Amino acid sequence: MPLLKAEHLTTSFITPQGKVQAVRDVSFELNEGEVLGIVGESGSGKSQMMYTIMGLLADNGVIESGKITFDGEDISLLDFPDRKSYDRKMLEIRGNKIAMIFQDPMTFLNPVLKIETQLIEPLMNHTDMTREQARERALELMRLVGIPSPEKRIKQYPFEFSGGMRQRIIIAIALTCNPKLIIADEPTTALDVTIQAQVLELIDKLRKETNTAVIMITHDLGVVAKLCDRVAIMYGGKMVEVGTDREIFYQPAHPYTKGLLSCIAKSGADEKEEELKPIPGSPPDLLNPPKGCPFVDRCSKAMRVCKDVMPEVTSYTETHRARCWLNDPRAKGDE
Amino acid sequence: MENKTILKVSHLKTYFDVTKGILTRRQIVKAVDDVSFEVREGETLGIVGESGCGKSTLGRTIVKLYEPEAGTIEFEGKDISKLKGNELKAFRKNVQMIFQDPYASLNPRMTVGEIIMEPMIIHGIYKTAAEREARTVELLEIVGLKPDHIRRYPSEFSGGQRQRIGIARALAVNPRFIVCDEPISALDVSIQAQVINLLEKIQKEMNLSYLFIAHDLSMVRHISDRIGVMYLGHMMEIGPANDVFYRPLHPYTIALLSAIPISDPDTAKAKNRIILEGEIPSPINPPGGCPFASRCSKATERCFQQTPEPIQVGDRLVTCFLYEK
Repeated sequence: MPLLKAEHLTTSFITPQGKVQAVRDVSFELNEGEVLGIVGESGSGKSQMMYTIMGLLADNGVIESGKITFDGEDISLLDFPDRKSYDRKMLEIRGNKIAMIFQDPMTFLNPVLKIETQLIEPLMNHTDMTREQARERALELMRLVGIPSPEKRIKQYPFEFSGGMRQRIIIAIALTCNPKLIIADEPTTALDVTIQAQVLELIDKLRKETNTAVIMITHDLGVVAKLCDRVAIMYGGKMVEVGTDREIFYQPAHPYTKGLLSCIAKSGADEKEEELKPIPGSPPDLLNPPKGCPFVDRCSKAMRVCKDVMPEVTSYTETHRARCWLNDPRAKGDE
Repeated sequence: MENKTILKVSHLKTYFDVTKGILTRRQIVKAVDDVSFEVREGETLGIVGESGCGKSTLGRTIVKLYEPEAGTIEFEGKDISKLKGNELKAFRKNVQMIFQDPYASLNPRMTVGEIIMEPMIIHGIYKTAAEREARTVELLEIVGLKPDHIRRYPSEFSGGQRQRIGIARALAVNPRFIVCDEPISALDVSIQAQVINLLEKIQKEMNLSYLFIAHDLSMVRHISDRIGVMYLGHMMEIGPANDVFYRPLHPYTIALLSAIPISDPDTAKAKNRIILEGEIPSPINPPGGCPFASRCSKATERCFQQTPEPIQVGDRLVTCFLYEK
């Protein structure tokens, strides 16, 4: 049984301009101890999909459909009798069984509380530990994430830490209750490459040691290649392709995935000057998304059917699926 | 054929005084500390480094947004600190800048046309409004926007399109040299490649020289002829792009390149990275010696006491004692 299963998630936002369809009928699974990368550009719906799962949507967000099962429990808002009982359930799960790491290490921590208070809080809330025990555990976690002289650092405030160190603190907070799943939303985007390498190495080490499943939301394919077992590609609120790391990088099926891979400058051993092949145009407006495939306006292989009919999911292997008419025998010859 | 040098920077130092209060010791941020290099006509020099290494300050000093503490910048053979009157105005026209944040660098209350025409008016390049407008339409087409965008406001455009407007504005006065300060780091991957290809196309057509500042090393390798690597205000290594990228010499360049995530799962997962310990030291009153010594695995006693001078190795300059003859 998968650890997390999301089926037909659809989330919209009510804005003065109309309804923004941020997440449109997305389904995926995550197994225990697995690292899933969710890749997409800004506005592709990757973050909002995770907020839907965590129950952290902004006030104007509406979950229209979807069923979420985590660790054998149904945690979809729509299946609870009222908002209150849902919120109570999610308070129990968030920070305990599911932890989140956010993008910006500068704003995540409370600037007026000592690191100690912030590390101990989840432990006091979710376990029966005494303050003394919680403090011991906090020091242990700081050692685990590689913060030198934790006894001294634990008494300091966030501003006394650099960006990389703050991200380590946030990871330590995420780990306090031995979560089964960590959702990391662009955890290294705000960091420099050398610090990013340190943090990625740390996440990789921790998940191997603790067998925690990780969902890594990112736009950086390099980060995905380094860490992830499986990769899901999102575009225009849709999950357009999902597969193992090797399937996505070496046998991409969706034209958007192919485009994404060919517009990054390769930094392999090859010195030959390759021309960058950008994807023309820009992502669709989710106020009025195209009726058919969201990628149709930018796709070089678009057919007539792509414009009007949403492609169904085609499976290539047990793990590799994509939503594209090109792979559907019914669309043959429809130029 | 060797192109002639368009920009020559010698022993440039840009310092900021950040002393607080009057009785405290003076605190100086040495943002750029003794940097020398040349840019040739039609060439792209990439400058890479982590945040706080002084790369943006370097770019801003070159376009005279900051005054240097010491050293000289020569543009087309003339020391820019001595320029006055018409010569200064000509320099301002010839050297343009493209900024990092396409949301902050365009005035939201001006239309695209007004934004692009403003520099033309300041420099009096065209006599009539009709000529200016014709040129603006032409520029919009060059950067891949539509002529009818001329009456729209920046808020109606996406990040990538705004960066194109910024490029059109820089081109409006027919410059010779453009400082691109992280022009793509605020953009999505698929849009980055569009902007890079556009910059390369314009460069060929107009014989422009670029100083391309970025922290994305693989994109810099792609667009640059030569690359300079900065650390804590110092130029650690500078040389032909492929040499620096594929055969780095300076221990910092080696570590920096090793830290780039590779977009290939087999290589990325197999690769043993050099993980640098610690972080960049504070640039306020930095210690003597090599700025990288505290994080360098090859550092010796001497590196902490003496500051190395750039050493010529083939086509490259490397600021490291390891390469002394």
